[in-house]
Amino acid sequence: MSDTTFFVIETIVKSLIIVAVFSALAGFGTYFERKVMAFMQRRYGPMLVGPQGVLQVLADGIKLFTKEDIVPANSVPLIFKIAPVITASTAFIAMAAVPFFPSFEIMGHTVSPIVADINIGILFVLGAMAVGLYGPLLGGMASNNKWSILGAARTVVQFLSFEVITGLSLLAPIMMIGSLSLIDINNYQTEGGVAGWLIWTQPVAFFLFMIAAFAETNRTPFDLLEHEAEVVAGFATEYSGMRWGMFFIGEYANLFTVAFLVSLVFLGGFNDLGFIPGALAILLKVAFFFFVFLWVRSTWPHIRPDQLMWLCWKVLMPIAIINLLITGIVILA
Amino acid sequence: MAKQEYKHIEIADYPKTGFARFIQVMRRSLRVELFKGMGITFGVMIRTLFRGEMHTMQYPNEKLPVSARYRAIHKLLRFMESESERCIGCGLCEKICISKCIRMDTKLDENSRKVVPEYTINFGRCIFCGYCAEVCPELAIVHGDRYENVSEQRAHFSLKDDMLTPLDRLKEQKEFPGFGAVNPEADKMIKKTPLAY
Repeated sequence: MSDTTFFVIETIVKSLIIVAVFSALAGFGTYFERKVMAFMQRRYGPMLVGPQGVLQVLADGIKLFTKEDIVPANSVPLIFKIAPVITASTAFIAMAAVPFFPSFEIMGHTVSPIVADINIGILFVLGAMAVGLYGPLLGGMASNNKWSILGAARTVVQFLSFEVITGLSLLAPIMMIGSLSLIDINNYQTEGGVAGWLIWTQPVAFFLFMIAAFAETNRTPFDLLEHEAEVVAGFATEYSGMRWGMFFIGEYANLFTVAFLVSLVFLGGFNDLGFIPGALAILLKVAFFFFVFLWVRSTWPHIRPDQLMWLCWKVLMPIAIINLLITGIVILA
Repeated sequence: MAKQEYKHIEIADYPKTGFARFIQVMRRSLRVELFKGMGITFGVMIRTLFRGEMHTMQYPNEKLPVSARYRAIHKLLRFMESESERCIGCGLCEKICISKCIRMDTKLDENSRKVVPEYTINFGRCIFCGYCAEVCPELAIVHGDRYENVSEQRAHFSLKDDMLTPLDRLKEQKEFPGFGAVNPEADKMIKKTPLAY
């Protein structure tokens, strides 16, 4: 087999695997979320479908697929139908530049589990995830529903708030590494085991990026877009069935992307961790961060949109810039 | 009872100046109050999973014990030894029933004992006041713990065969503890009343 055919087949197989695995993981993400939150509230969570309720995902899937597909009157049907696709597809597009595991050998070819190792990797991932917010925005505006409009407006508020922080907080580690490629970022932390992780040299950037990640993935302290206590379901009010499901596949896929990003940039990525092989190490880290997202959701109250803007622009952005300045001074000195 | 220990929670005034607000934000951030909250939920999860603090009762599979004073669907009891019915056909329950929903037929059998061939309660009319069980001199009709009375027909549960303890399940028949008896779980459910404020 020539290198070109192998490359083509390899890329197609990788894309298929990513879409299949992360769609399934998004489903199981809902199961884990319900279980973890239930335990933190002294409940069982889903228990009836399958042992310990593991097949609840299947039941939910059947329900979502067979539900009536409603396009509300006076909406803009085309945009209403496209919006969930934007969220779901950009979530998967963002994964194209994420290296999930260390590279390995198959049939004499070295396979690296990344669809495209582009030299602007992290920029591409963040950009693609940010484009995903067009889904809630367009969906909310096209729904002909006041709650949806509020959700769409909040999407803009949220986007304007967190996007500054993600960029500025990641700039400091990127200055130290000198590359935007996630593989370079990972290789930078090869030396020294746990002590070589970037979280020890860039703790402020880590916390800022975590906060921004919660806003980016629309998780609880910042789940303004669809906070049901305030705006019914926000942008998703008029959505049902598989269109609604696609929004949430996108949301959970983003959750995993962000967990991979944090693990790669700040926690040593897929480098071997003592006796733990690299592939397992990054899975453990991602699992931990996924748990943190659920843990935070069941603990913290959520904040108002104006508080989010206050937090991002008046508190986090100055901290990010000071962090950037100090990093720059230390690098030059 | 010993004097209870109550914590008085100090609620400070809202900060008035901008600097005071800044101080408040800093103090809250540096004390990492948010992470203490996460510690609490994590502790709850651990105790729920491993120390049996789960609050959910998985209802159709497990049920809370019903208080002996609960007045659910009636039961007609038997004597444990002779296995004969306790009801002597005196008709007091029929007389005292304020919604007139008990109907019984009596006759003398070949030994000149009074027997009750038919005994029905119209549960469409019964108000579950408990007078029939209270007046019964033989503890023959009592209120059971069968509160799931959903059925296709109103006549279900209410015939004599439905209410009378079947012979093969006589071992499971429990003696009626009487009116005013406490819940079997009563000791566990007692909570201290706060007396000292």
